[in-house]
Amino acid sequence: MSTSPFDSYRPPEGEGRRRRRGGERGGDRSAAGGAGSGGRRERAGDWLTGRARGRGEQPVVPEPEFASYYGQPVVKPVPWGHEIPAYLFLGGLAAGSGMLAAGAHATGLAVLRRNARLTSMTAVALSGAALVADLGRPERFLNMMRTVKLTSPMSVGTWIFSGFSGFASVATAAEVDRMLGGRDGGRGLPVVGSLLRWVEPVGSLGAFFFGPPLAAYTAVLLSDTATPVWFESRRGLPFVFVSSAAMASGGMQLVLTPAAETVPAQRLAVLGAVGDYVAMERVERHLHGLGIDDVLHEGAAGQKLRAAKALTVGGGVLSLLARRSRLAAVACGLALAAGSALTRFAVVEAGQESARDPRHTVATQQARLEERRARGVVDDSITTAG
Amino acid sequence: MANADCIIIQGSNMAECHPVGFQWVAEAKARGARIIHVDPRFTRTSAIADTHVPIRAGTDVVLLGALIHHVLSTQTYFHDYVRAYTNATTLISEDYQDTEDLDGIFSGYDEETGGYDRASWAYDLDEHGAPRRDESMTHPRSVLQILARHYARYTPEMVEQTCGIPVAQFHEIARALVESSGRERTTCFAYAVGWTQHSLGAQFIRTAAILQLLMGNVGRPGSGIMALRGHASIQGSTDIPTLFNLLPGYLPMPMAGQHRTLAEYLAGIASPQQKGYWADADAYTVSLLKSWWGEAATAENDFAYDYLPRLTGAHGTYQTVMSMLEDEVDGYFVLGQNPAVGSAHGRMQRLAMAHLKWMVVRDFQLIETATFWRDAPEIATGELVTEDIGTEVFFLPAATHVEKRGTFTQTQRLLQWRHQAVAPPGQAQSELDFFHDLGVRIRQRLAGSTDPRDRPLLDLTWDYPLDEHGEVDAEAVLREINGEHLTGEQAGQPLDGFAQMRADGSTTGGCWIYSGVFAGGVNRAANRAPHGGDEVASQWGWAWPMNRRMLYNRASADPEGRPWSERKRYLWWDEETGRWTGPDVPDFPVDRAPGARPEGEGGPAALAGVDPFVMQPDGKGWLFAPKGMVDGPLPTHYEAQESPVVNPLYPQQRNPGRRTFPRKDNLFAPSGEDPGSGVYPFVFTTYRLTEHHTAGGMSRWLPYLSELQPAMFCEVSPELAQQRGLSNGGWATLVSPRAAIEARVLVTERMTPLRVGGRTVHQIGLPYHWGVGGDAVVEGDAANDLLGVVLDPNVQIQESKVGSCDIRAGRRPRGEELLRLVAEYQSLAGATVETDNERLDPGVGSPTEEEDV
Amino acid sequence: MGYLSRQLSGRTDVAEDAGWTDPPPRKGFFTDTSICIGCKACEVACKEWNAIPLDGLGMTGNSYDNTGDLGASTWRHVAFVEQGAERVAQARESGQRLVDLGMPGVGAPEPAPVGTTAHGVPLPSFRWLMSSDVCKHCTHAGCLDVCPTGALFRSEFGTVVVQADVCNGCGYCVGACPFGVIERRSQDEVTSTRRDGHVPNVGVAQKCTLCYDRLGEDQTPACAQTCPTTSIRFGDHADMVAEAQERVSALHAQGITEARLYGANENDGVGGTGSVFLLLDEPEVYGLPPDPVVPTAHLPEMFRMAGTAALGLLGVAAASFLGGRR
Ligand SMILES: Nc1nc2c(c(=O)[nH]1)N[C@H]1C(S)=C(S)[C@@H](COP(=O)(O)OP(=O)(O)OC[C@H]3O[C@@H](n4cnc5c(=O)[nH]c(N)nc54)[C@H](O)[C@@H]3O)O[C@H]1N2
Ligand SMILES: Nc1nc2c(c(=O)[nH]1)N[C@H]1C(S)=C(S)[C@@H](COP(=O)(O)OP(=O)(O)OC[C@H]3O[C@@H](n4cnc5c(=O)[nH]c(N)nc54)[C@H](O)[C@@H]3O)O[C@H]1N2
Ligand code: SF4
Ligand code: SF4
Ligand code: SF4
Ligand code: SF4
Ligand code: SF4
Ligand SMILES: [Mo]
Repeated sequence: MSTSPFDSYRPPEGEGRRRRRGGERGGDRSAAGGAGSGGRRERAGDWLTGRARGRGEQPVVPEPEFASYYGQPVVKPVPWGHEIPAYLFLGGLAAGSGMLAAGAHATGLAVLRRNARLTSMTAVALSGAALVADLGRPERFLNMMRTVKLTSPMSVGTWIFSGFSGFASVATAAEVDRMLGGRDGGRGLPVVGSLLRWVEPVGSLGAFFFGPPLAAYTAVLLSDTATPVWFESRRGLPFVFVSSAAMASGGMQLVLTPAAETVPAQRLAVLGAVGDYVAMERVERHLHGLGIDDVLHEGAAGQKLRAAKALTVGGGVLSLLARRSRLAAVACGLALAAGSALTRFAVVEAGQESARDPRHTVATQQARLEERRARGVVDDSITTAG
Repeated sequence: MANADCIIIQGSNMAECHPVGFQWVAEAKARGARIIHVDPRFTRTSAIADTHVPIRAGTDVVLLGALIHHVLSTQTYFHDYVRAYTNATTLISEDYQDTEDLDGIFSGYDEETGGYDRASWAYDLDEHGAPRRDESMTHPRSVLQILARHYARYTPEMVEQTCGIPVAQFHEIARALVESSGRERTTCFAYAVGWTQHSLGAQFIRTAAILQLLMGNVGRPGSGIMALRGHASIQGSTDIPTLFNLLPGYLPMPMAGQHRTLAEYLAGIASPQQKGYWADADAYTVSLLKSWWGEAATAENDFAYDYLPRLTGAHGTYQTVMSMLEDEVDGYFVLGQNPAVGSAHGRMQRLAMAHLKWMVVRDFQLIETATFWRDAPEIATGELVTEDIGTEVFFLPAATHVEKRGTFTQTQRLLQWRHQAVAPPGQAQSELDFFHDLGVRIRQRLAGSTDPRDRPLLDLTWDYPLDEHGEVDAEAVLREINGEHLTGEQAGQPLDGFAQMRADGSTTGGCWIYSGVFAGGVNRAANRAPHGGDEVASQWGWAWPMNRRMLYNRASADPEGRPWSERKRYLWWDEETGRWTGPDVPDFPVDRAPGARPEGEGGPAALAGVDPFVMQPDGKGWLFAPKGMVDGPLPTHYEAQESPVVNPLYPQQRNPGRRTFPRKDNLFAPSGEDPGSGVYPFVFTTYRLTEHHTAGGMSRWLPYLSELQPAMFCEVSPELAQQRGLSNGGWATLVSPRAAIEARVLVTERMTPLRVGGRTVHQIGLPYHWGVGGDAVVEGDAANDLLGVVLDPNVQIQESKVGSCDIRAGRRPRGEELLRLVAEYQSLAGATVETDNERLDPGVGSPTEEEDV
Repeated sequence: MGYLSRQLSGRTDVAEDAGWTDPPPRKGFFTDTSICIGCKACEVACKEWNAIPLDGLGMTGNSYDNTGDLGASTWRHVAFVEQGAERVAQARESGQRLVDLGMPGVGAPEPAPVGTTAHGVPLPSFRWLMSSDVCKHCTHAGCLDVCPTGALFRSEFGTVVVQADVCNGCGYCVGACPFGVIERRSQDEVTSTRRDGHVPNVGVAQKCTLCYDRLGEDQTPACAQTCPTTSIRFGDHADMVAEAQERVSALHAQGITEARLYGANENDGVGGTGSVFLLLDEPEVYGLPPDPVVPTAHLPEMFRMAGTAALGLLGVAAASFLGGRR
């Protein structure tokens, strides 16, 4: 057992698995409701399944020691589907690939440059599509471009994303031009071909410098919410996400690019994997201290995170063989990319689950309130005596 | 109510059913008043009250009787008030025998009819015909002493044993009542159908009236008994009644054989010698007849008195429904009612409708009553087959209250004018237009008829002006109700009030108590001064009679005419002007001095200066009711028709005067310790929710209300839930001797199991808003299907607040299976037509071992 | 405090911060749950006025609450809480503790003898709390801060309003509200109440507008207008806070120590709320967060950490290309 100040909010061992009977006389009905089956929000039909709040048969969730309103969520999960974790993954992949491409451009690794550029461009296009698809009103996606709002990570991110896409497009166009033989006296791209030759370095450089913010801002996007797990991970999540981006993009080039040109990709992948693992562990440890890491270990999110870790470690180990065996390289790359994707899915889903669990919101808030009161700070609580 | 120091809400769920009126309770509470809610269930009213007292349904007479006993035995009643203003000092006839003497019945009972000959309850009159009195109130036949003896056994322990209210809690209520009554303080009671819908309903209210008179809590600010009325303007529809036994202004309907002439009829209402305003009933009646039949009503023909129909017996809704089953009724107008869902014994209602030739339903929605032939539950059980139903149903759309103009009369007798906001859509029509049109068409059909029985219709005054929308002008109707002078200088002008009504045919008036609403040609119901203009809001609407905001307000001053206290000052005698003054219109002859003792006259002129109860023949508040009540001069506790408890007070189990209908389709559960009583072991009570309205026509069709309470449910205590394996949110089936219905379960500590006579009584709560049909947004089984028909004898109201049932987990069977389940229970209980239906219990009434009479 | 930092947290004047010159006084609610009768008239009035679709016909089994919580199609929501004696005593204790903590406010009242009501009678062994919840119109509104389109804006009355025609349904505001108020309307969770079956504003974020359209006409919001008990009071925010403080001291003086205010403190995590509540138990009992913080208050920290991480990535990427190609 850890000895965090939040231990009191965790159920006692063993005995805590006893569930309170509904409608117990003298008991507190709202707390009884609070002992709900995972605090899932089911407005109608909940009683039908026999899983009525606080009275269900599945003794899975231990009884928490806090009051709630029939186990209803206090905050709402963001209404995001799978498109958003996909967007996070693809954005990271695009960012890292863009940086790899730029590095390859600078260091003359032509195949790596080409492959990374195409990867980056594809990823950025797909991620944009994923983002738009998840909007409630996709036809209005351009409304984001109407303003620049520094308090909105999504607004900031949109501009970062746009910037990155712009540079990546230039670089990719230049690459296409090259592929069509524009540099070699071939036909190249019409009209813009010669211009592209001039601005190609700008595209590369732009993508290189816009990559890191693109990879990192998504962590802020998540943390800047009332979702307990994301909000509480605000100091660690950016490191997870940039590492994840590095590992995915490095891994992807291990798959696509012949060994001759994959040294930087291999390095990026390995460093990313290590960073990802370490940063995620740190985040988990922090959340554990708050008593809200359960969502990272249980349910679908837990499965994904476990798989992600296995893939990350496995991929990391395989990467040592990557330059010796093509097969190993492909396996390693795929493992790392999949690990990255699964991490994103796990983090997003765990967050949504955390929002649905009133204990996450209430217990963390109560703890920090008590902690402040213990320090003698009593003037900043939303509840006042007068 | 805002002026009360204590408010006892008993027999009503005021916050849920009267949320707007409840603001005055909230106001009183904010001013420091104590709020007590006595109800079988903990409701949203209880949530705001200081104290909630769970009570076994149907036992309020014991609690109130024990309070009477308490204030009499501790001498904490308002002595001066009682002696001066009530009939406590009056002596009762020597022939009178109490329930204490006769094992639970009064003298004069006739077992054949189930009624009483009330002669022995009369006042003991002296040689001049005046009641004998004993100012010391110690004479054994004085009302006060009779009262004391009658309630002597209504002790706190008896309350605990009968109502399930612990002795300590009884004392808490008693203390609150006593501390908040007297010269300086007042207590107010509020009730609604939690008191009325019993086979003893009217007596519940009488008990409270006795208590309030004893405490001096009538006619004073923050006092009284607030009868919280139901439907919008249900007060209006008793004033100008939709009831079979009343004419407008509480004039009785004539009885066949008894009231052959106008004189006979009037003699039955009041004697010209008696005190107070009923002595002028001739003027009210003749003005009414003149309003209806105008020129055709002349002194020679008794003002067309013979045009009035005569009653041959009770023609209440339940009797009518049973007549339908006998094919004695051809047609049925259903207006503003949904009997298939809202009336007791829903199955009987629906089966009866299938016997009609035709039925007109005027409503906003295709309510279950209009669609019974298609989707009644009896179709599912095979009892009814759509193709075999011969009833021709006409559905006519009705205009809503915002689509027509007219008045609403509410709880406080306040008439408020309602303007038309929008025109009715499509073919929708107001009741006024519909009936006017119907009258015109019928008269067209009958035109030229020489059949004397068509005269009443052809001679009716039926000429109303149309307003700018081509609809009958509702103000013209209000004007007709107000009445006018027919002769003299003022001919054609509205009356200023009922005092101007004459019995010689020189005035009209459609409802004497409403006279004055159009005084001076002004529609006073439309008065709308901000905040009412003054302390009593006299400029907001118009209160009958004569815009009086509080009845019997003379009682707010002491016999000498001085306020009982400064704090409760309301009306007082002003020596200088020689008039009663105060913020309100005096409910008393305005210049009658407190010391006046008129002799030898009748009517208002006969009222002495200390006779505040101006409608009573003796000017006093009646603790003992020598007449007026058909089932006893003093309220007495009887168990409900169906009850798991043996009457702890008398060998007589049930109200011997109740109206029963022993029929195979109206079986009851064995009561008390009768064999089979364990088959339906639980008490259920029915009621309303804020979110819905009565039978649902105005709420279950509205999405926003439906989502607030989407499903029929029952409320049970955790103990009962455990006992019967019910789970919160799950289904339960409730079975009574009439039907079985299903409902979702709410397990809640708001339901309290009661300890009654050494055992636990469980009560189940059932809202009655749902019904089975196909057209509403939400539907569900109807609570009314569980109920049988048994009525209070005074007002013919059904006992829908107490019944016996069983409850089990799970949904009910479908189809024929359902009938089988009900039948199984019936045979298990051995319920027969006789069960619970005997009038007198064995031994009662037979003059065996009478001691000292 | 500079203009910029005021934008994220702490005391501030909301309308002026949002660029309104000479705005009218900030408007707000004071919801006194101690006199609420749970009639839900406010819920219905809101739905009527705003023509909100039907939010489902399920029965929850949670006391008399069948609408569950605030959301895209329930902008006022009445909570029902049934409590036994034990919990009532706890509520009194926690209320007393707030007083003992020396919170800002009226100072310690003379407590009634524990276990009795204002009339000196024993505490009820059971109570039924009702409370009408609504958008808090936060001083620092998470929803507003994070909205990338500007669909959410601060009105001249200091309230927070969605422009349905600008919102693109990104759903970000939903996660950013510390009170779980705003929600994106989804077609399959609602049913039209209109004859043509149309459901308005599908896919966009919806919540209480504090009846922006009515305020513009100098009218009271529909919910406050309809409340029969004056449990919902509407007016200038400052007056509302003052009334709330008066009411809580009155209740304390009557010995009702469980009474407390929610949202009346400018120093709290959201800079105080436009909708102030008087509660009779801990906020979480009503489904309210006990210590909400507007997430953007931590935005500078978040961007700092992200910046560090981004630099790290830059470094790692650069390093991957240095140190030889083989
Ligand atoms: N929201 C809403 N308001 C309404 C209506 C509606 O349908 N919905 N209907 C209107 C109409 S028509 C009417 S008549 C009124 C009725 O108004 P109320 O009489 O206030 O309404 P009910 O819910 O029928 O019954 C009141 C209470 O009586 C209790 N009760 C039952 N039996 C007993 C008993 O023996 N003794 C005591 N002391 N209490 C008992 C029940 O538990 C219930 O809480 O409401 C009017 N107002
Ligand atoms: N078990 C049980 N049964 C009860 C009661 C109980 O407490 N328990 N309470 C009893 C009481 S007090 C009452 S009042 C009854 C109520 O029972 P009902 O009167 O049968 O039921 P409502 O639903 O009120 O029916 C009124 C109908 O009138 C329609 N309506 C409204 N306005 C107008 C109008 O202007 N014109 C026309 N033509 N129609 C209009 C409405 O749409 C509605 O369908 O139920 C009684 N039944
Ligand atoms: S529904 Fe109408 S009559 Fe009933 S309380 Fe509300 S406003 Fe009054
Ligand atoms: S409560 Fe939520 S939705 Fe309302 S203003 Fe605050 S953050 Fe926005
Ligand atoms: S869903 Fe609409 S209101 Fe909410 S943040 Fe996105 S654009 Fe703004
Ligand atoms: S202020 Fe208007 S929009 Fe907000 S809850 Fe009240 S009625 Fe609804
Ligand atoms: S309208 Fe008022 S009393 Fe009714 S539920 Fe809403 S806040 Fe409570
Ligand atoms: Mo009624």
